[in-house]
Amino acid sequence: MTEIERHSFDVLVVGAGGAGLRAAIAAHDAGARVGIVCKSLLGKAHTVMAEGGIAAAMGNVWQEDNWKVHFRDTMRGGKMLNHWRMAQLHAQEAPDRVRELEEWGALFDRTPDGLISQRDFGGHRYARLAHVGDRTGLELIRTLQQRAVALGIDVFMECTVTELVKDGDTATSTDKRVSAGGRIAGAFGYWRESGRFVLFEAPSVVLATGGIGKSYKVTSNSWEYTGDGHALALQSGASLVNMEFVQFHPTGMVWPPSVKGILVTESVRGDGGVLRNSEGRRFMFDYIPEFFKAETADSEDEADRWYEDKTNNRRPPELLPRDEVARAINAEVKAGRGSPHGGVFLDIASRRTPEYIRRRLPSMYHQFKELADVDITAEPMEVGPTCHYVMGGVAVDPDTGESAVPGLYAAGEVAGGMHGANRLGGNSLSDLLVFGRRTGLNAAYAAARLATRPSIDDDVVRAASERALAPFGIEGGENPYGVQQDLQEVMHNLVGIIRREDEMRQALDDLTKFKERIGRLSVEGHRQYNPGWHLAIDLHNMLLVSECIARAALERTESRGGHTRDDFPATDDAWGRLNLHCRLDGDDVAVTREPLPEMPDELRELFG
Amino acid sequence: MGYDLDMKVWRGDASGGELVDFTVEVEEGEVVLDALHRIQATQAGDLAVRWNCKAGKCGSCSTEINGKPRLACMTRLSTFEEGETVTVTPLRAFPVVRDLVTDVSYNYKVAEKVPPFAPEPRPADGAYRMQQVDVERGQEFRKCIECFLCQTVCHVIRDHEENKPSFAGPRFFLRYAELEMHPLDTNDRRELAREQAGIGLCNITKCCTEVCPEGIKITDNAIIPMKERVADRSYDPVTWLGRKIFRRDQLPDAQVPRTPGD
Repeated sequence: MTEIERHSFDVLVVGAGGAGLRAAIAAHDAGARVGIVCKSLLGKAHTVMAEGGIAAAMGNVWQEDNWKVHFRDTMRGGKMLNHWRMAQLHAQEAPDRVRELEEWGALFDRTPDGLISQRDFGGHRYARLAHVGDRTGLELIRTLQQRAVALGIDVFMECTVTELVKDGDTATSTDKRVSAGGRIAGAFGYWRESGRFVLFEAPSVVLATGGIGKSYKVTSNSWEYTGDGHALALQSGASLVNMEFVQFHPTGMVWPPSVKGILVTESVRGDGGVLRNSEGRRFMFDYIPEFFKAETADSEDEADRWYEDKTNNRRPPELLPRDEVARAINAEVKAGRGSPHGGVFLDIASRRTPEYIRRRLPSMYHQFKELADVDITAEPMEVGPTCHYVMGGVAVDPDTGESAVPGLYAAGEVAGGMHGANRLGGNSLSDLLVFGRRTGLNAAYAAARLATRPSIDDDVVRAASERALAPFGIEGGENPYGVQQDLQEVMHNLVGIIRREDEMRQALDDLTKFKERIGRLSVEGHRQYNPGWHLAIDLHNMLLVSECIARAALERTESRGGHTRDDFPATDDAWGRLNLHCRLDGDDVAVTREPLPEMPDELRELFG
Repeated sequence: MGYDLDMKVWRGDASGGELVDFTVEVEEGEVVLDALHRIQATQAGDLAVRWNCKAGKCGSCSTEINGKPRLACMTRLSTFEEGETVTVTPLRAFPVVRDLVTDVSYNYKVAEKVPPFAPEPRPADGAYRMQQVDVERGQEFRKCIECFLCQTVCHVIRDHEENKPSFAGPRFFLRYAELEMHPLDTNDRRELAREQAGIGLCNITKCCTEVCPEGIKITDNAIIPMKERVADRSYDPVTWLGRKIFRRDQLPDAQVPRTPGD
């Protein structure tokens, strides 16, 4: 075998979105030698798509706000299935993480007193989201990117990790990627530009690869979201928790077809926008669940007054958590009260001045003007649910971010537990910062404590290269683009917003056939910057996470948060005490039920 | 509503290449990137093109479309005449890697040279205070999605590879201006903007402003004010005398920005 390019780090971070960059900065600050690997160019990660803001109980707008209120909102939004300790750390540390960004150059919108301004969002008791217009994610990633560059952290751009390697791994099984060794020893991947392979030796690896949205037909996610970290963790022996919970953001664009799924920020509703059906009715008043009745306005007058006076009025139902709103839109369209292109109307034009809309929502204005010929200051938008976020992810220790595999960490969307059954808007950017930092620090400390470094067997590297190159060896096989499209169709139709046992069984049958199909993918051309080949590799991950979602969703016979069963429409208290974990058992995904971590009494009292 | 679109797409690598004809079925409301994706899926699986968000927010899919630098995801097919052939070529200012993908590492190297943000200490209560009107100037520049269209169109480097080492380009003049106008920053980067970033080479033809997909007024709001500030400093008699008397490392702190790695 020709000599492979090798790099050695204390901490290797896979992914350069918010979580990855924050983890790398933290590991660097803790004295580790850090490398970041990312599939795209630096600064292009999906974090740039986040629009609304960073949830943090800073109390700049409402002094009544504090971490306990944020913690309570987060747990209730997650239908109490969140890991309480993660939700607690998140609520406690988010304000400091926001202030830190300011120290690194971020320019947030201000209150009249010159403090960081905070805006309203679904499920949050108080205006809590630190923001920059509606492009907060861009500000966050640019700030972290510039910080990482200033610290001189090594970044390997357009480089894809295909396998993790563990200490003691051997190459005896080349047809399976399930690894049996001990501590994490590094990662194997390829440069997209040249197609050449590269090996990273590192005793600590942080997964920060984001989500899985590309398994679905209508999604707000970019091509990168193929569940790489989820799959890598499974194959290394870690478990995934809460995979049945997939968030369909209620407001994606629905027309023209080319933009179907592109996100329309929740800030439109936070800033006064309302949802209407084809009859002009504000239908969200018809969908207020018992669980949120006490804190939700029951008349349009009260809802409208709330924007000015939050003390004496309750929240508009448009600002219920995302799962509630997505289901309501779905039901309206099904009942024949949808908009011409199969969504509902999101109207801010009739409620706020054009100047206000352009100032608060500049990129939404731009996006609709450019892509749909719609002037959102003059007419309503058409919106519908789009696959946006996976609550499920690698089961980690809440304090350190370490998975069950020693040396393997996960932070951000790829980690599970924090958001329970449903994530509140704004809690993602804060999650990235809080747990990015925690995992980065702990990954660095763990590497520093090691007496001897794990080693990597040459045969393991050779086997990994052979697996990656397999699609070049098959003539006249399946087209990866076609297989991806079919997979997205199956997940969209059979394991989408509303689920049924027979459909999910059908999906699992289909997924079994896909396993065979991805075994005979073939790609044209050569290894240099070949998107067909890249997709052929990513498809293995997409299929694996799809199976996890379908199996866990079939197992959970109730409806809760981002998991709605047509055949089990009620929420079941017995299920409220259980998490589902997915593990790899040979070639198959096995699902086990595990009790929810016990919340201490002093936190339980907050829900009294 | 579908129709057949004729396209010419540049295919090749660093050693050379050519425009290749494709006819691809497209739908109403689609953009150039949709057409490229359909070519990938049905005719040329290895066609190399960068993209991420497909919503004009990440700045990955920069190409030249009928000779104009543009984002492929924000260029609607309805902007072309019926029957018009759409030609897509890689960014001209950067070396080709493959097909529509270019090596934009020049931009990342320039970014490393910009001295980082250096804020004043926090006030006693821990909260920085800035007025909205003061942050808005910098916010305009921070809308930049780093698509590098302004870089590829800038004639200082578009056809003059030799200028690259001494010229940062419009995207980074934005960055200098943003830091210079940041209410909390304590560095003075004006001398650096002149010497290292070569702001003097810009002769304000505004090509960069014209192609900016974010509508940032790069020339009027960033480059011209920076040029004025640089001129103020370069031709201020006291500063001039100071430069003559002191060596660079003896200049007062505020005039010597910290650079990465110091």
